[in-house]
Amino acid sequence: MLRAALPLLGLPLAGAGATEEPTQEPGSPGEPPPGLALFRWQWHEVEAPYLVALWILVASLAKIVFHLSRKVTSLVPESCLLILLGLVLGGIVLAVAKKAEYQLEPGTFFLFLLPPIVLDSGYFMPSRLFFDNLGAILTYAVVGTLWNAFTTGAALWGLQQAGLVAPRVQAGLLDFLLFGSLISAVDPVAVLAVFEEVHVNETLFIIVFGESLLNDAVTVVLYKVCNSFVEMGSANVQATDYLKGVASLFVVSLGGAAVGLVFAFLLALTTRFTKRVRIIEPLLVFLLAYAAYLTAEMASLSAILAVTMCGLGCKKYVEANISHKSRTAVKYTMKTLASCAETIIFMLLGISAVDSSKWAWDSGLVLGTLFFILFFRALGVVLQTWVLNQFRLVPLDKIDQVVMSYGGLRGAVAFALVILLDRTKIPAKDYFVATTIVVVFFTVIVQGLTIKPLVKWLKVKRSEHHKPTLNQELHEHTFDHILAAVEDVVGHHGYHYWRDRWEQFDKKYLSQLLMRRSAYRIRDQIWDVYYRLNIRDAISFVDQGGHVLSSTGLTLPSMPSRNSVAETSVTNLLRESGSGACLDLQVIDTVRSGRDREDAVMHHLLCGGLYKPRYRYKASCSRHFISEDAQERQDKEVFQQNMKRRLESFKSTKHNICFTKSKPRPRKAGRKKKDGMANTEATNGKPPRDLGFQDTAAVILTVESEEEEDSDSSETEKEDDEGIIFVARATSEVLQEGKVSGLNCGTDCAP
Amino acid sequence: MGSRSSHAARIPDVDSIRRETGFSQASLLRLYHRFRALDWNEKGYLSRVDLQQIGALAVNPLGDRIIDSFFPDGSLHLDFPGFVRVLARFRPVDDEDNRNRDPKEPEPLNSRMNKLRFAFQLYDLDRDGKISRQEMLQVLRLMVGVQVTEEQLESIADRTVQEADEDGDGAVSFLEFAKSLEKMNIEQKMSIRILK
Repeated sequence: MLRAALPLLGLPLAGAGATEEPTQEPGSPGEPPPGLALFRWQWHEVEAPYLVALWILVASLAKIVFHLSRKVTSLVPESCLLILLGLVLGGIVLAVAKKAEYQLEPGTFFLFLLPPIVLDSGYFMPSRLFFDNLGAILTYAVVGTLWNAFTTGAALWGLQQAGLVAPRVQAGLLDFLLFGSLISAVDPVAVLAVFEEVHVNETLFIIVFGESLLNDAVTVVLYKVCNSFVEMGSANVQATDYLKGVASLFVVSLGGAAVGLVFAFLLALTTRFTKRVRIIEPLLVFLLAYAAYLTAEMASLSAILAVTMCGLGCKKYVEANISHKSRTAVKYTMKTLASCAETIIFMLLGISAVDSSKWAWDSGLVLGTLFFILFFRALGVVLQTWVLNQFRLVPLDKIDQVVMSYGGLRGAVAFALVILLDRTKIPAKDYFVATTIVVVFFTVIVQGLTIKPLVKWLKVKRSEHHKPTLNQELHEHTFDHILAAVEDVVGHHGYHYWRDRWEQFDKKYLSQLLMRRSAYRIRDQIWDVYYRLNIRDAISFVDQGGHVLSSTGLTLPSMPSRNSVAETSVTNLLRESGSGACLDLQVIDTVRSGRDREDAVMHHLLCGGLYKPRYRYKASCSRHFISEDAQERQDKEVFQQNMKRRLESFKSTKHNICFTKSKPRPRKAGRKKKDGMANTEATNGKPPRDLGFQDTAAVILTVESEEEEDSDSSETEKEDDEGIIFVARATSEVLQEGKVSGLNCGTDCAP
Repeated sequence: MGSRSSHAARIPDVDSIRRETGFSQASLLRLYHRFRALDWNEKGYLSRVDLQQIGALAVNPLGDRIIDSFFPDGSLHLDFPGFVRVLARFRPVDDEDNRNRDPKEPEPLNSRMNKLRFAFQLYDLDRDGKISRQEMLQVLRLMVGVQVTEEQLESIADRTVQEADEDGDGAVSFLEFAKSLEKMNIEQKMSIRILK
């Protein structure tokens, strides 16, 4: 640990020694030894870890201070503040110690600071969205990065030939290409930090973010290839070397992904067996993911890809296998580590900029680079989007393209890579360092600051300016809800052959292998359970219906969809003896943003009151906010009301059994009461109400299955009397519909 | 996927559906697969429960009403043509469609008027062709959070009906409804792009 911390400190050990006086030692030669010392100052022993802890503490305190002011954080993204803080701190250290310390060391960065962030992103990446847009992501990541690298490098070289770059910058075409390759990569840390604040639609977010993650492979390859070309000397490069370069791109990326998947498999498999040793589950997750990173790094493959794939691949099985508490522990720890790492990175970036011995300024190079990266990125995005739109279901429109080109932020990765350059081989290193610093600062600060207003302005520009009437407002919401609902019915992304095949494969083989047997079995049985539940309990549950649903103890369950039941940790199946609802389900954590408008009085009231439709606006992978918010509250309310209504409709039709001609209904096990009812035929000529007992029963059971366990399994025992009363009550409704008096049936229907 | 064309043959009455709804072959196929996926126990039709399984509908305030709109006239079973007929309303409006259309033929299902009619039916539960104040109040109750009180809701309902009601009968007819929304870009708001 000490050894590991050394790179973080770099030189400062010596510096610390210089500034912190060795007066800690109480003894100096002339004095007699003081006997048993009551108090000794052992600075050198704790120095390294203490400094590390101190840095992290400073970073956390900084975050606290920033968030004290709401206004500031709404305008300025945190990353900017942190960089500026770093600048200030660096200035202080420089002034005090007369030498720059605490740099962003590439070793520390790549080994300790980057992995938590990438792991966090990979683990919480919405995988369905990711794979739906994989084509676009890969295009931008591979083609886009290559395009950026080559054009920027070539343009800079052209600039030099044109004489705008001072000749003291000794760099040839290869050097510029190398520089182009490291400066052109969009940085995941910076992108995530800024996009969290800007609420863009989730497709856009996943494309930009996915691109920033996947372009690591391309960057690594380009960097290494160009580096080795430079070292070999441009004269010695042969044709086979170019081919090898291209081949290495595939090797690095696919190899990295493969390593990640192997570790994901291992992780899922190990967690299958941790039933008795729950306490090590979070540890396993982190260890194996980190091991994936290190293994890929060791083999010179793309480590970021490895960790991303590991997180993406293992999530489903791990979540099914580990306990609820472990899941929470993993989530919080990951977010904490990632957040902490991000803070430190930005701060160190700020600090490192201050050390002027490391860089040399050339205006032509700097300005040229800034202009070119913006220009070529925009151009590249436009061209690629045009091509992609021919194939995409949902095309990317102009605003998306603007956000994408403007949101291509560079960050610490570029900086770390430029520091790694060898000055002997690349004499222009200092100039490159200065340029990189400026570019990173510019993109993070300027682009980060302005992207939010830009997006707002663009959106406002699109929408019309008219004061909406009450009607329009209400109906607009209605339409949005309708659209959202129909989209859900249709299934947004249509039917994908390969996804279906994958899911079948997964269900048959992978899940059986990797998921704990109990979790796997339960997944299938949930759906059968509807028909096995004792109807008696269903009815008694209905009578409790109102009470249950209004209890505030309800948490929003995760909706079991056939393919994502891994989210549910079922503590108890609906048993055949039917003590009712006992599924313990997990709260979804999502952070969404809503629309906001201002109007007077009724508008205000209406706006404030209307439920927000599900726009595609979502800050997923949010690092800073894990808590519940308005959207979840809304979901809860709507859900409760919907369920209440469904139960009501069930109630009002339940008694119809007595009045309907008994149609032969398929027999199912355990439905004793229902059969009894169906047989009593106090009929009239009216055809059965078509809501269908079966259907509504299942509705109830849907509800039941989504209740939390502690909500009254004990209360499902009900008095038999209630059944009669219940029917009698319902009778009046029935009478209105002109049916035969229910009293007749009342006695017959008594349970 | 070259096997697509053979799948199309499996859809019953595919040609008449295509003519009626205007969907392309690919979209129809996509919808058919979705229909089959929703019908998980392979009954050949959908019931309300199948649609209720879609989790996201349970947190949509209008979810149940939309489900009901798939089952017109209280029927229990939804077959594929019926499924597609409802979804046809949400097809994006093609300008070429309108130009080439024979004016004597009935309006295509996804015309602006038909889209509005679909929305109107969601409000007008008793199908009398008017949205009464009571029905407006019911919709408001669905769509507004619990922090708004009943009295406030009633006054909002009153105002809303008043605003749209031109002939003073205390209810909003379909034409009045359409008129109050003439500025809204219905074609865009009620279209799902992937259904071409």
